[in-house]
Amino acid sequence: MSYATGLRCRKCGQEYPLQPIRVCDFCLSPVEVNYDYKAMADMLSRQKIAEGPFTMWRYRDLLPVAGGEEIDIGTGFTPLLKADNLGRELGLDELYIKNDCLNPTYSFKDRAVSVAVTKAREFGFDTVACASTGNLAASVAAHAAKANMKAYVFVPANVEPGKLVGVAVYKPNLVTVEGSYDDVNRLCAELAQRYNWGFININLRPYYAEGSKTLGFEVAEQLGWRAPDCVVAPAASGLLFTRIWKGLQELSMLRLIEPVNTHMYLTQATGSSPIVHAFEAGSLHVHPMTPNTLVTSIAIGNPADGYDALMIARQSGGGASSATDEEAIGGMKLLAQTEGIFAEAAGGVVIAGLKKLAADGAIKRDRLTVACITGAGPRTQEVVSDVVRPFHVQPNLESFREVLGVEV
Amino acid sequence: MAKRQVMFTFPREMIKEPIIYHLSHKFEVVTNIRRADVSEDRGWVVLELEGADKEIEAGVAWVKEKGVRVDPIVGDVVEG
Repeated sequence: MSYATGLRCRKCGQEYPLQPIRVCDFCLSPVEVNYDYKAMADMLSRQKIAEGPFTMWRYRDLLPVAGGEEIDIGTGFTPLLKADNLGRELGLDELYIKNDCLNPTYSFKDRAVSVAVTKAREFGFDTVACASTGNLAASVAAHAAKANMKAYVFVPANVEPGKLVGVAVYKPNLVTVEGSYDDVNRLCAELAQRYNWGFININLRPYYAEGSKTLGFEVAEQLGWRAPDCVVAPAASGLLFTRIWKGLQELSMLRLIEPVNTHMYLTQATGSSPIVHAFEAGSLHVHPMTPNTLVTSIAIGNPADGYDALMIARQSGGGASSATDEEAIGGMKLLAQTEGIFAEAAGGVVIAGLKKLAADGAIKRDRLTVACITGAGPRTQEVVSDVVRPFHVQPNLESFREVLGVEV
Repeated sequence: MAKRQVMFTFPREMIKEPIIYHLSHKFEVVTNIRRADVSEDRGWVVLELEGADKEIEAGVAWVKEKGVRVDPIVGDVVEG
């Protein structure tokens, strides 16, 4: 059964039944899922959760899905690793990495999409759609394949074909759209209004968002049912950042963890950092900007959940930090070379942001800090192609000794 | 008749211009403001536009030409 009771506008409080809608009819603000937390609290326990599958679906009771079978390709319960080597570099004694590279399509998007596609089927859609240049597209295409549903994936025409292999392999209807990023945004917003499709991050967005909470649930459970002191996570639309917070708050409300005193820090690429700008300017409004960064997986200039992410960073006593492309690449290399984790450039932004926050003293050495690495490196490995500098030897020992200077 | 929900973001130099008034007079577009925040140096308005597709299209193009940023209210749809 589901404990979800309906949808509620985050701004004006208007309530709606659980249906595929994108924004509040009255004030055009985002809507989110409401639950009967009292009934949930009476039924849920740490033990009940621990007895569930080792995937994100162990938290099914906290998700807005009804009785049908979930569309699960094995997402979630990714490793939370103590990062002592990286911690030493950054001056942090209690640093953990939540490695969401290890999801089935190599990013945290699987969490959100698994819930969204499950809901799409519940709502009776036979087609799901999204607009994406990489991670979201792959995840939607993979889940649609598993669900035997049709998928339409829209991509700006100037995306390099090589980037689309990990999407096309699941055989969605891959549509390249001529024009700018803004043109693709506009077309997809219109398509979502006119076609009876489950548009993953538009009319299914309230449900899509809920899947991301499972990252917060897992972190708390893996820490022995406690919230960390600090969380550092990337922000594109701001959705993941807000849902990690919501996940921790829900566990606290359900008395599964102590009251949450986590400081939430968001990181963005400097070339696409409207939320960081608003934070630094003390503004209440996130003004859109045109992204200009090679960190494409988090290049969103008009973030749908920007306001909420900004508020959480402020109200939790956290902060916001940006990293240049160069710093992000440095962060990727540092993570790989200290902890053996090859993250995408967004992970580099997190590590570079964390480095600054630790150096500034915003995050103290003894704070239990979790850095969220949300996508794997190989999909966009060209950004660090300069690391390939092999030693070239002839096939004999002498040459080996000479070139590498290693004695037997 | 089509409807489009958009956010206009006004740069400082456009704050005093009656853009929305002109939009509904120059084009066959009904403008319906739902939320807004305008200060002396910046402003944004979330509104619904109603009219024939071509009129909305032309109206939005004119607003952009005037230097106002126009975004879908659902935020950027294209994700990484």
